[in-house]
Amino acid sequence: MTEEIIIAGFGGQGVLSMGKILAYSGVMADQEVAWFPSYGPEMRGGTANVTVILSESRISSPVLNEYDTAIILNQQSMDKFEAMVKPGGVLIYDPNGIIHPPKRTDINIYKIEGTLIAAELGNVKTFNMVVLGAYLKAKPVVKMESVEKGLQKSLPTRHHYLIPMNLEAVQKGFESLELVQAV
Amino acid sequence: MGELRLMKGNEVIAEAAIRCGCDGYFGYPITPQSEVMETLMDREPWNETGMVVLQAESEIASIHMVHGAAGSGKKVMTSSSSPGISLMAEGISYLAGAELPCLIVNVQRGGPGLGTIQPSQADYWQSTKGGGHGDYRLIVLAPSSVQEMNDFVELGFKLAFKYRNPAMILTDGVIGQMMEKVVLADYIPRLTDEEINEKYGSWVTNGRKHNRQRNIITSLEMDSVRMENNNLRLQEKYARMEEEDVLFEEIQCEDAEYLLVAFGSSSRICQKAVDQAREKGIKVGLLRPISLFPFPKKPIAVLAKQVKGMLVVEMNAGQMIEDVQLAAGCSIPVKHFGRMGGIIPSPGEVVEALEQKLIGG
Repeated sequence: MTEEIIIAGFGGQGVLSMGKILAYSGVMADQEVAWFPSYGPEMRGGTANVTVILSESRISSPVLNEYDTAIILNQQSMDKFEAMVKPGGVLIYDPNGIIHPPKRTDINIYKIEGTLIAAELGNVKTFNMVVLGAYLKAKPVVKMESVEKGLQKSLPTRHHYLIPMNLEAVQKGFESLELVQAV
Repeated sequence: MGELRLMKGNEVIAEAAIRCGCDGYFGYPITPQSEVMETLMDREPWNETGMVVLQAESEIASIHMVHGAAGSGKKVMTSSSSPGISLMAEGISYLAGAELPCLIVNVQRGGPGLGTIQPSQADYWQSTKGGGHGDYRLIVLAPSSVQEMNDFVELGFKLAFKYRNPAMILTDGVIGQMMEKVVLADYIPRLTDEEINEKYGSWVTNGRKHNRQRNIITSLEMDSVRMENNNLRLQEKYARMEEEDVLFEEIQCEDAEYLLVAFGSSSRICQKAVDQAREKGIKVGLLRPISLFPFPKKPIAVLAKQVKGMLVVEMNAGQMIEDVQLAAGCSIPVKHFGRMGGIIPSPGEVVEALEQKLIGG
């Protein structure tokens, strides 16, 4: 099984680190992984995206023209990546800031109120972990224990005290995914 | 043995250098390879193995620091990206002329000129056919994964010392910036001064001890007859590389009717394209040159008798295609598909190009 994911949003939303934690979780579950970021003169408020591939076998191209799952966190990314979800694939988006919701009728669409939930949790920086939890509800590609191990591996030791808060956010996201359309 | 990590290609270059007993790194920052020196500075290997890491005032200074250190038999390296490598070109020619081993890493970006910081493969000609002046060659290795970024540091040094010739890892922003799983090598201790004298005493300039013969390192020779002989010696060495150290990988070539030829990150994209094309019933294989010099001429000549056509896929306007055409001969069509300026082709585009340029045409 191979899962090809694009995570796209604003710089500063934690798009790259969400991808990194997902990739580490894959490593912990003994999967092959690739993490390929858009890089460049990017900054907070600009666009950022990352391709993450999890697979049971050797991964070929880190550059893709279609994805199993798109996690979309701003309108620019919706405009760019909605069309690139494989038919029957999954699109997850945070409606905050989305003016034109997805129109595809041949894909599974989910919503996650990540921005609201992170604010309710009292730390807006946990936004990306809420979204990660929502994704894992839609696509259980790695187990929660692998995510915990992934967090331990990817965060420097001095930040390990933040892991419980992050796991709470993942759990909250997992419970809060809303189905918009199933095919 | 076998520490498993998730790392960026650029970070792995630094880690592999420390672990393979590298004595010194001299460099100057440039996107998309800055993580090489960042990682080295973060790791502080001078405390651990005694490896020197120095940010020079420019790329030109870096390559000449490499020249000096290489002359003393030390295992030394630099890294940069396309415009920085152009600045180093004079020094690289001098290193080749003086027959000094070293490792140069080029994490390519789009050109010409200052170009873009996005990935490209437009330095193929510069790496394999010169860049600097004079009849010289570099050993050029093109990794296609983060694991190979690790493996080729040690391999590059090994070949550089085998031939007393600069070796280059030619990669790009895709592999440099991508994170994958990598199994790191075990530590190899740095050579002691005694070991350097024992192994390389015939040519190193590290101080005359024990009344050994005086060694001179220079690329200058004013006598034309002697200079031609120097050139002939270099040419013999390059011919030996072509005999002994050609590296390539064949993927699904056994029953192939069409062949993709691609190196580095393009070859990863082509692997996916092979799968997509085969789903459509097109029997296509992939030949991936790993050593760009010495170039895998023979396997291409052999496959030219088997397939109906070849598509060379590169992130440039068509550079390696010339070597593929020379190796394949004129019996089959050899076409090119490339994107430039930092655009990375998708597997779908490659399949489309294959259908339009070879199968339909």
